[in-house]
Amino acid sequence: MGAQLMKPFEVTTEPLEPARYIEYVTHPGAGAVTLFAGTVREWTNGKRTMYLEYEAYVPMAEKKLAEIGVEIKQKWPGSRVAIVHRIGALSISDIAVVIAVSSPHRKAAYEANEYAIEQIKKVVPIWKKEMWEDGEEWIGDQSYKPGSE
Amino acid sequence: MIHLHYFAGLKEAAGKASEDIQWADGTVEDIVKWAADTYPAFDFSAVQVAVNEEYVLETESVKPGDHVAFIPPVSGG
Repeated sequence: MGAQLMKPFEVTTEPLEPARYIEYVTHPGAGAVTLFAGTVREWTNGKRTMYLEYEAYVPMAEKKLAEIGVEIKQKWPGSRVAIVHRIGALSISDIAVVIAVSSPHRKAAYEANEYAIEQIKKVVPIWKKEMWEDGEEWIGDQSYKPGSE
Repeated sequence: MIHLHYFAGLKEAAGKASEDIQWADGTVEDIVKWAADTYPAFDFSAVQVAVNEEYVLETESVKPGDHVAFIPPVSGG
């Protein structure tokens, strides 16, 4: 990976390294960097997840992630963004998504980062399947279910 | 001919990730009807459609060579 060129908006099967994205968005004009890591949760609504299986429509998902990046730069001028989502089989506590945002001041970095995860859950074609001890299910429309976070 | 792409539960219901079908002319609504008839095990009511990697309305026309993806409610993050 080391010498590989960093893609700021990517869907990958490789484990995610948050430090790379912090480094990517950091620059002299930035006064704040927020880093969101979405991790695989073991218990959801009393059911135990053994692992998660993620899949994506990769070319469209990367395009949509890049569009979120453009929207953030318009809404919060001076920000820099990287968003990467992992797919494939993920174990408990693995990082599924990393969002790094830098901005001149911290408020914008927090707000833009939350905007990014909300948009991912609405428009980016990525799906997760919860694998339980006694079954499995594709999860959909989570953002509209209260208490799903 | 058009290229169809299936994901998540629809991929499992169809037993394949993609297929090509003959297509002369029609709208997104026509293709959703075709898919719902072909794969009755899957509920298309909440499915959005993307043509050439962009979300479109049901009234959009689909031309030979297009890539049509059925997008069930997403659950990334």
